[in-house]
Amino acid sequence: MTQTNDRTVSVRGLTRRFGSNTVLHGLDLELEPGSFVALLGRSGSGKTTLLRTLAGLDAAPADAELRLPDAVAVVFQEPRLLPWKRVWNNVALGLPGSGVKGRAERALGEVGLAKHHEAWPATLSGGEAQRVALARALVREPRLLLLDEPFAALDALTRIRMHALVLDLWRAHGPTTLIVTHDVDEAVLLADRVLVLDAGRIAADIKVDIPRPRGHGDARFAALRRRLLSELGVEAEVIREAA
Amino acid sequence: MSDTHAIGGRGAVAPSAPLRVPFSFPRPDLSRYRRFLSPLVIVLLWQAASMAGLIAPRTLAAPTTIIATTWELLLSGELPHHLLVSLARVASGLAIGVSTGVALALVAGLSRRGEDIVDAPMQMLRTLPFLALVPLFILWFGIGETPKIALVSLGSAFPVYLTLFSGIRGVDPKLAEAGRVFGLDRRGLVRHVILPGALPSGLVGLRYAFGSAWLSLVIAEQINATAGIGFLINDARDFLRTDVIVVGLLVYALLGLGADALVRAFERRALAWRPNLIKG
Repeated sequence: MTQTNDRTVSVRGLTRRFGSNTVLHGLDLELEPGSFVALLGRSGSGKTTLLRTLAGLDAAPADAELRLPDAVAVVFQEPRLLPWKRVWNNVALGLPGSGVKGRAERALGEVGLAKHHEAWPATLSGGEAQRVALARALVREPRLLLLDEPFAALDALTRIRMHALVLDLWRAHGPTTLIVTHDVDEAVLLADRVLVLDAGRIAADIKVDIPRPRGHGDARFAALRRRLLSELGVEAEVIREAA
Repeated sequence: MSDTHAIGGRGAVAPSAPLRVPFSFPRPDLSRYRRFLSPLVIVLLWQAASMAGLIAPRTLAAPTTIIATTWELLLSGELPHHLLVSLARVASGLAIGVSTGVALALVAGLSRRGEDIVDAPMQMLRTLPFLALVPLFILWFGIGETPKIALVSLGSAFPVYLTLFSGIRGVDPKLAEAGRVFGLDRRGLVRHVILPGALPSGLVGLRYAFGSAWLSLVIAEQINATAGIGFLINDARDFLRTDVIVVGLLVYALLGLGADALVRAFERRALAWRPNLIKG
C-alpha cells in the first residue's frame, strides 16, 4: 500500500476472502481527486469490506495495489462518540499539537453545533450526534472522506438536512468522498458518480451529470433511479407499483 | 384512586378543579418521613419493654442506656481510639487490596497473555470463601496486625479485579475501532477509550470491595485483637455489657454507610457523563 499526499484513490486487484467466501473479486477502482462517489450495493455485496480496507481498518492483502491519500477520515453508520468525553473533546480526539480546542470548535461551528461544544454526547439527538461525527472527520482535513451509510439511522427530515450539509462541507473542503449506501435516492442526490457493487465486482459505473440541487421531479433523476434499481435487481414492475 | 377518576372522566371533573385550588395549602411532604415511622415505633417498643423489665439488660440494653454509653465512650476517648485503629486496618487493607485488584485486572484485561496467566488462578481462588483462610493466616502471619490487614486486602481485591476485568472486556469494540481510525495509538486507546469505558463497572466493584472490607474487618478483629471496634465488642462480651456491643455494631453500620456514600459521591463526579446523572 502506498500513501500519497494528493487526493487520488487507486485500487488494483483487491481480493478479500473470509474463509471460503470471496467478498471482493480482484476489484479495480479509481477515484478522481475531489470527486463525490457513491457506492451502492445490496447487503453482502462487499461494500462495507471495501470501505474498511480503504479506511485502513482491515489490512490490505499483499497482492493488492493500493494508492491512498495519507489523511483519511470516516463517518460510521452510528456516531461512535465517546460518551465520557464532551462534544469538543470527541471532535479533537487523537489530534496532535496545540490549538486543538479552537480547531474543534470551528469544525463544530461548520456543522451548526457551535453551542453544543461542552455538551455530553448522551444529551444529543441522533442527527446532532451524527453532525458531531462529521465535525470529527472534517477537523482532520481529510483528503479522502469515507461515509459508511451515515444517514441510515436518521429520520427522513433529518436526513434531508444532512444531505445538504454534507454537500456544503464537500464543496468547502474538497476531499475525495466515497459514500457507501443502499439508498438509491441518496446516491443520485449526492454523487457525481455511482458505482454498483455486486458479488465483489463493480457491476455498473455511472456518471451523474444532473446539475445540483437535484430533485425527484427531474426526469433525468427518475430515469437514473430506475436504471440503478434494475442494476440492483429490483424489477421494473415493483418500481412502477411503488411509484 | 381519585387521580385515576380525574384522568378517566376528565370532562366531568375538570369544572370542579378551580374550586378546589383555594382550599389546598402547601403541605410538607410527609411521605419522606413515613419510612422512619416503623423503625421509630420499634425502638419505642424496645424501650418500653426494657423499662417494664421484659428485656433483661444482659440480653439487650435499653436504647437510652445505649445512647448514654455512646456518650460516655466518646467522652472517655475510648471509642475514638478503637475507631481509629479499625479505620487504619481497613484503610491499609483496602489500599493493598484495591491496588492489587486494579493491577491484576489491567494485566488480564489489556493483554491475552496476561489473561492466560492471571485470570484462571483468580477465577479459581474467588470460589474459595476467603474468610475460611483465617486459620491459615494465623499460622502464616501470627496474631498481630498482619493477618487482619491481609484478610481485608484479600476481601477487597477480588470484587475490584472481577468487575474491572469484565468492564475492560466489555468496552464497545466499535468505539475502540473509531479511536484507532482517528489516530489513537495503543496507549491513547487505553487512556481515552478503554479505561473510561471500564470505570463504571470498576466503581461498582469498589463499592463491593468496601462492603467486603468491613466484613473482613469484623472477622479479623475477632482474632486476638487488643484494640479496634471488634476488640471493644469482644471485651464487652466478657463483662456482659450488651450496651457496648450494640454501640460497636452501630459503629460498624455507620462506617459501612459512610464508605458507600463516599464511593457514590465519587461516582457522581467521575461519571457525570452518564445519561441518568445528567441534569436538565
